[in-house]
Amino acid sequence: MKPPAFHYFDPTTVAEAIGLLQHNENAKILAGGQSLMPMLNMRFVQPDALIDLNRIKDLSFIRRGTDTFEIGAMTRQRDIEFSPEIRADCPIVIEAIENVGHRQTRNRGTIGGSLCHLDPAAELVTIAGVLDGTVEVTGPEGRRDIHFLAFPAGYMTPAIEMNELVTGIRLPIWSKTHGYAFIECARRHGDFALASVAALIEVDAEGRIARAAVAVGGVASVPLRMSEMEAGLVGQAAGDDLFKKVSRICETIESAADAHVPAGYRRHLAGVLSFRALRLASMRAQKRRAS
Amino acid sequence: MTAKVVGLRVPRLEDRSLLTGRARFVEDIGLPDTLEAAFLRSPHAHAQVRKIDVQAALQVPGVHAVYTMADLRPHLTSDRLVVALPSATIKRSLDRPVLAYDEVCYVGEPIAVVIADDRYIAEDAMALVEVDYDPLPAAVDCRDAVKADAPRAHTNAPDNVVAEFNLKFGDVASAFDGAAAVFKESLRPMRGGSHSMECRGVIANYEVATDQLTVWSSTQTPHSALRLLADLLGRDEGHVRVITPDVGGGFGPKLVFYSEELVTAFAAIALRRPVKWIEDRREHFLSTTQEREQYWDVEIAADNDGRVRGVRGAMVHDHGAYTARGVNVAFEAAQTLTMPYDVPACDLHVRLAVTNKVPVTPVRGAGQPQGVFIMERLLDRVALEMKLDRAEVRARNLIRPEQMPYSKPFKTRGGVPVVIDSGDYPQCQAKALAAASWQDFPQRQAEARAQGRLLGIGIANFVEMTGRGPYEPATVRINTSGKIHVSSSAAAMGQGTKTMLAQIVAEQLGGDMSHIVVTTGDTATSATGFGGFGSRQTVTAGSSAHAAAVKVRDKVLAVAGQLLEVSHQDLEIVGNEIRLKGAAGLKVTFAEVVKASMGTAGFYLPGGLPPGMEATEHVVINDMTYANGTEVATVEVDPDTGAVTILDIVIVHDCGKAINPTIVEGQVIGGVVHGIGNALFEQMLYNDDGQPLTTTLAEYLLPTSTETPRIRVLHHESPTPLNPLGAKGVGEAGVLPTAAAVVSAIENALGQYAVTIRQSPVSPSDIVALIAAARTEPAASAIIDACRPGR
Amino acid sequence: MTVTRKIAVTVNGLRREAEVPVRLTLADLLRKKFELTGTHLGCEHGVCGACTVLFDGVSVRACLMLAVQADNHAIETVEGLAAADAPLNDLQQAFSDKHALQCGFCTPGILMTLTEFLRDNPVVSEEDIKIAISGNICRCTGYQPIVEAAMQVVKARQGNPS
Repeated sequence: MKPPAFHYFDPTTVAEAIGLLQHNENAKILAGGQSLMPMLNMRFVQPDALIDLNRIKDLSFIRRGTDTFEIGAMTRQRDIEFSPEIRADCPIVIEAIENVGHRQTRNRGTIGGSLCHLDPAAELVTIAGVLDGTVEVTGPEGRRDIHFLAFPAGYMTPAIEMNELVTGIRLPIWSKTHGYAFIECARRHGDFALASVAALIEVDAEGRIARAAVAVGGVASVPLRMSEMEAGLVGQAAGDDLFKKVSRICETIESAADAHVPAGYRRHLAGVLSFRALRLASMRAQKRRAS
Repeated sequence: MTAKVVGLRVPRLEDRSLLTGRARFVEDIGLPDTLEAAFLRSPHAHAQVRKIDVQAALQVPGVHAVYTMADLRPHLTSDRLVVALPSATIKRSLDRPVLAYDEVCYVGEPIAVVIADDRYIAEDAMALVEVDYDPLPAAVDCRDAVKADAPRAHTNAPDNVVAEFNLKFGDVASAFDGAAAVFKESLRPMRGGSHSMECRGVIANYEVATDQLTVWSSTQTPHSALRLLADLLGRDEGHVRVITPDVGGGFGPKLVFYSEELVTAFAAIALRRPVKWIEDRREHFLSTTQEREQYWDVEIAADNDGRVRGVRGAMVHDHGAYTARGVNVAFEAAQTLTMPYDVPACDLHVRLAVTNKVPVTPVRGAGQPQGVFIMERLLDRVALEMKLDRAEVRARNLIRPEQMPYSKPFKTRGGVPVVIDSGDYPQCQAKALAAASWQDFPQRQAEARAQGRLLGIGIANFVEMTGRGPYEPATVRINTSGKIHVSSSAAAMGQGTKTMLAQIVAEQLGGDMSHIVVTTGDTATSATGFGGFGSRQTVTAGSSAHAAAVKVRDKVLAVAGQLLEVSHQDLEIVGNEIRLKGAAGLKVTFAEVVKASMGTAGFYLPGGLPPGMEATEHVVINDMTYANGTEVATVEVDPDTGAVTILDIVIVHDCGKAINPTIVEGQVIGGVVHGIGNALFEQMLYNDDGQPLTTTLAEYLLPTSTETPRIRVLHHESPTPLNPLGAKGVGEAGVLPTAAAVVSAIENALGQYAVTIRQSPVSPSDIVALIAAARTEPAASAIIDACRPGR
Repeated sequence: MTVTRKIAVTVNGLRREAEVPVRLTLADLLRKKFELTGTHLGCEHGVCGACTVLFDGVSVRACLMLAVQADNHAIETVEGLAAADAPLNDLQQAFSDKHALQCGFCTPGILMTLTEFLRDNPVVSEEDIKIAISGNICRCTGYQPIVEAAMQVVKARQGNPS
């Protein structure tokens, strides 16, 4: 189980990387390598060229703006996990990232790599969906933004061109009093989720839901933003009956069976976890509002 | 008087090199100019091989050879690896070809080998070997495979049943006719693997000048490998040496001799260069033997008080594509069924089905976990239906201590009567129940239920056949340096075998482990031997080491008595000195005694004793000794997600005299965690075409630290009278009861849904499906309605 | 095709140079070029954790990195924990004390994982340790003695904060 032969490039700037992408057909971009390297070792992918982004210093940063975090594509998952600012202002990211693989893979894995790999069961993919993230893509023509919900072109396929590079993501910051929950079911700690639900809720003074965002990961071929569920929540009094009612929307998700899990089970889990995530997010929102 | 070392928790001799990264596993052995091999394997479960073209592969720079069976045939005495243990039940031989040449019978079967400068290049070239296949229908599921119209796993076979037998005793008809109740079950343990963290591997070196072939293999059976290599290569055994270096776990499949060992050795001879083959994890999934898959359709007959009158039924055992060991897994699964219990009658019909999947040979437990799983499931059913406590049903059926030794009405596969030598099964169960607070559990269960949590408890008893004979040699020699060298054909693969042997020898020879050097698994140290499998080495090699150490001790004392001019009865051995009791100043050292015992040219030997300070023993013990125990598992089940959390496992274990209780506990706990894999995680999946679907460790799930509860091991010591140590085997114990106990606990937790679990492993989606089937309301909505707060 | 590159890597404090094929994994660099065979390969697809080493002080899977990526970086392997003739370090000694290894194949990876984790997290619970080593598969020990060994180190280091 050894990688096939390839040309190897390790550019130090984004421009250089894009130039290499333009001039090498069948090139693969190597970020943290936690998904690509196993596929190379197993020879499931056999690129002619490998373009390693690890020496591009400019792509590793976490910047807090007034209402968004901007995170460089090559920022290690560990740097996000241990970022006090993200922990304080965007805690759902921390709750999710603790489920991403294991310590050793988070030390190396990057947020850009995870988003581009676009496994629908990946925690950071679900998080980018629930937060209405904006993917920053740089190509020969310069930079463009893609709303994360438009980022998946299909199963594990990002909507970017061959000569483009994801260089960062912007994650909006919710109010100080928002409630959050990321809950997943996996066979073992650190495995990809069988299903995951990320929920964000803001409640008003009367206990009504003022704002809600829910995303379901691992169930369909792409991460799902549950807009119908969100519409069913906003304006309503937070409570178990409401959460149960809207969680049933998950019964309509189209999920596919695989060798390990029947389709209905993932859908079922989405409903169960939606209820639990909404309940926890709502409790947190009310608690934060009260304090 | 002997030293007190046996029974102590002494540190292991093995640890330092392993902890400092200076151990030598087979992949770590670097000989100059070593070439590396990669094997081309069948991508089809079943196909005719029309043509193999290696020309393109041979052109790759750095490739030294590409061999197919056509290249090997002129140099081998046989096309096939003939390894099957003899059994009258085998209908036809199904020996593995060295390399497949006309027909491939499972995905992963080796077809050709590329030898190159390194593994990277070998894999490059392997992709260029062109094989023209004509795919054939495959026999995949073993129960389907025994049907008359099933595709044949081997084209020329009349059917897919390779062996068939009945385990029959007692008057089964009247046992069932007169029963108060009869319960029927269809149960299914599924296929899994051993997954030692080190895969298989071999490095072979041929020295032209001495015509000596040396093979280092990550094997559990070096002597068996030696004989097969010598036989197949047409060499005298004296010109072949097999060495097991540090071995990164065995767990069964490494007891089998594989094509890769032979082909690598052949390549080393042919190319006059050391050749290394290291199995990667994907190959381990595709070509290292596996186990556990069986279908059981069984009935149990019971009296009103829960006493079992008999069991009967049929079992189909998945044998895989070839006979790489024999009928032993199915045989031992069948025998294990009634083992801990006093069951008067049994009639079990067993068929071994050939399938187009990786061959089946023992994986830690060797059929016994399945036998335990089936019996314990049946006993749970008896208890449930007859409204009796599950532990009480077992207590009423366990073999009682006053029945020991207890003769089972059958013989081992080797024809040795099965006589359970010793043990107190009811007391082991009572200890386990007490430690797990079994009596109070209903109250704890009710309290948890009030908080919306579903707890369950389960129990399983087991008897483990250990110490399979007839013998394992050991040699004890004191060198002139005073160091005590212990060597044995026993194969160490992580179980602390060296420490075990050292403790046994130190007990007789001064008690200081630091003077002892142990060599294991090197065929140069003895002409005969078997190796490590069947939880046998402490019993067999340990007994030989003990006997050899006693002989050496007697001689040490005799020679020392001569040197000191005192009676040997007045001497004691302390550390590396032989002292006059009560006068520590009067002493000689091992080194002095050994030098004296070697003699001086022209002089009498001291005491007229034979020269040297060495003894080799082959203590022959044909009877197996039977370890036993009871496990109680407590679980929590989340009925909404199907997630199972194991809260507690208590296992009371009796392996007779424990040579090193810490090592024993390590064996038991490790086995239990393997059993947790069998209960909840590990399933080797194939699709209908025989394509394996779980070929990475991300797909085939081994338990990790976060899935593993605290496991409490309690010892019960019933020394066996069959060997001088009183020891029974322990290597496989923990795995035997665990799937049964955990599944019992899950079923107990889900009592309100009255589900029956008929398989292992059971996954969260299985549990949700079982609950949904048991519920009358539409499943999903009902479950969301019933949702409890997240944990 | 540029098949090889010259690299310089600091391994266990020593600067070492090599010319390597660009596709060579970091694990094979350590094992084959530097003959540091304590780093083991158990799966080569990033799941088992046997090949865990420290890369600039943080634990990584050496099977999921290329040797060329280590150029001008520092690697620590199990061989760096104690010299050949030196006493075991406290973590290694605790593993021996608690029987936290059997076949020892996974052990170097777990030692390196815990070396980093206990360095960064001196006060931890058993549960924290379980999570820390959840990316390292052990087939022999059942993990319990490993957790006990790590806890022994945690307690001892708290008692002797040297």
